[in-house]
Amino acid sequence: MAQAADSIGADAPEWMKTPGRSFSGYGMPAKSQDKVQRTFTAGPGRPGTGVSRTPVHLLEGTITPNGLHFERHHNGIPDIDPARHELVIHGMVNRPLAFSVEALMRYPMETHVRFIECPGNSGGYIGPQPTQASAAAINGLISCSEWTGVRLSTLLQEAGVAPGAHWVIAEGADAAAMSRSVPLEKCLDDAVIALYQNGEAIRPEQGFPMRLLLPGFEGNINVKWLRRLKVTAEPVNARDETSHYTELMPDGRARQFMFVQSVKSMILRPSFGMTMKGPGFYEVSGLAWSGAGRISKVEVSADGGRTWALAALSEPVLSKALTRFRLPWQWDGRPSVLMSRATDETGEVQPTRAAWLAQYAPGQFYHFNGIQSWGVEADGTVKNVYV
Amino acid sequence: MFTFRAVLFLCLAAALQAQTPALGRALTPEEVRKLDITVAPNGAGLPPGSGSVSAGGAIFAQKCQGCHGAQGAGKPQDQLTGGVGSLASGKAVKTPVSYWPSATTIFDYVRRAMPYTAPQSLTNDEVYAVTAYLLSIDGVVPKDAVLDAKTLPAVKMPNKDGFVRWWPAPPR
Repeated sequence: MAQAADSIGADAPEWMKTPGRSFSGYGMPAKSQDKVQRTFTAGPGRPGTGVSRTPVHLLEGTITPNGLHFERHHNGIPDIDPARHELVIHGMVNRPLAFSVEALMRYPMETHVRFIECPGNSGGYIGPQPTQASAAAINGLISCSEWTGVRLSTLLQEAGVAPGAHWVIAEGADAAAMSRSVPLEKCLDDAVIALYQNGEAIRPEQGFPMRLLLPGFEGNINVKWLRRLKVTAEPVNARDETSHYTELMPDGRARQFMFVQSVKSMILRPSFGMTMKGPGFYEVSGLAWSGAGRISKVEVSADGGRTWALAALSEPVLSKALTRFRLPWQWDGRPSVLMSRATDETGEVQPTRAAWLAQYAPGQFYHFNGIQSWGVEADGTVKNVYV
Repeated sequence: MFTFRAVLFLCLAAALQAQTPALGRALTPEEVRKLDITVAPNGAGLPPGSGSVSAGGAIFAQKCQGCHGAQGAGKPQDQLTGGVGSLASGKAVKTPVSYWPSATTIFDYVRRAMPYTAPQSLTNDEVYAVTAYLLSIDGVVPKDAVLDAKTLPAVKMPNKDGFVRWWPAPPR
């Protein structure tokens, strides 16, 4: 429509000169954000097995949008009818019980922000050469949500745990009936049967209608589509706690039941794939976390670890949750190596990559939490480097 | 008056806290028996039935080999046999036979999760047989072995003592 020369519309963008679109039942991100996607490669013959990665380098803050939470499935995402799904507690209990979804919804609930990280996250750092790939490709098997659900200890108390019990065998209702042994001590501590994720019903990819949430423990043991908890004296040596998620040491023995995701951090801005637009001011921004509690500090180096500066931690700094750190940086345009080193409230500090590698046999990649480095070239490109 | 009110409130709070909803449905032993598919390293949970190496070989060829290769040598999916004695070599080949500490885990996992496109379709006899076949390739059980609820947990796996518990804390 032609504008009169003296109307203000002559200088206004088109979206100010026409009515906007109407409401929607479930909103979607802005059109320009269509590149913010999980990345995955489905294996031939088994499309539902493997991982999808959170685009950590394209997000800010600490909460992962539900549609972008990383995924790890062992035989696809089951299409569960919540009316036919029950959580069964049995084994060394006085009263074997089955809880319907409807029944659990009537229990007292609690809400916590917690990260979940796959123990295979960052496993590429064992490679002899640094992987030239995005922070998401390297570190995208981590997400953080506000989870709401029922404290597991309440349900175990109702079932009545018998003396001599030390473990709980958790099982999912997927086509792999994924199973793990969980220490009873953890089940009676901060474990939650999660029903909600960031305010809405937990997503099918994350375990609808319910998942086991074991704050700070490796992702795999937070069993999705949870259907059964068997209280036992001993662990079961399930496939995913022997074949997978055990850590081979140089002497040929393997660590088993190393559950806690140790203190770790990653710089996301800048990171691989981004180009610095010349010397000047940049904010270095990244995430830190620890399965043992709160992050107490994050140090950042711009000179390959010779000097370190304290980054600011965005409040609130929560236990077993992602913490955002930021540091203003005046880049002089010369080649630089950015590193972050986190410390948690127990005093645990991230090891160097070399110190981490020395603990294990070649090829062992679970639970990598070594210090990571990005090299900034004079032309502004950012590369993955080993220091 | 203030004190009296405070006490009343505390009593009420205590009464509220003492109660949980108790909305679980009591399960009968028969219901539990049907649901409980867990097989422990000591054999607890193993069902009746049995399977021989030879029967397992036939089932493997028909239902497993397409993904796991002849004799479980792997490709396109996981290698299931071989690698015995490789774990400290610097080039570890981790297979169910070389790495897993309990023979019962093979039964437990195959019965709940395999074959990939038709999980939970094998009979108990078939699962015993496939387990026996896999363990026979590297000589962990003899070629004429028959596995059942008694003989399977007695199988001594090559890496039986190879795992170190890191919970509740690393060993000193």
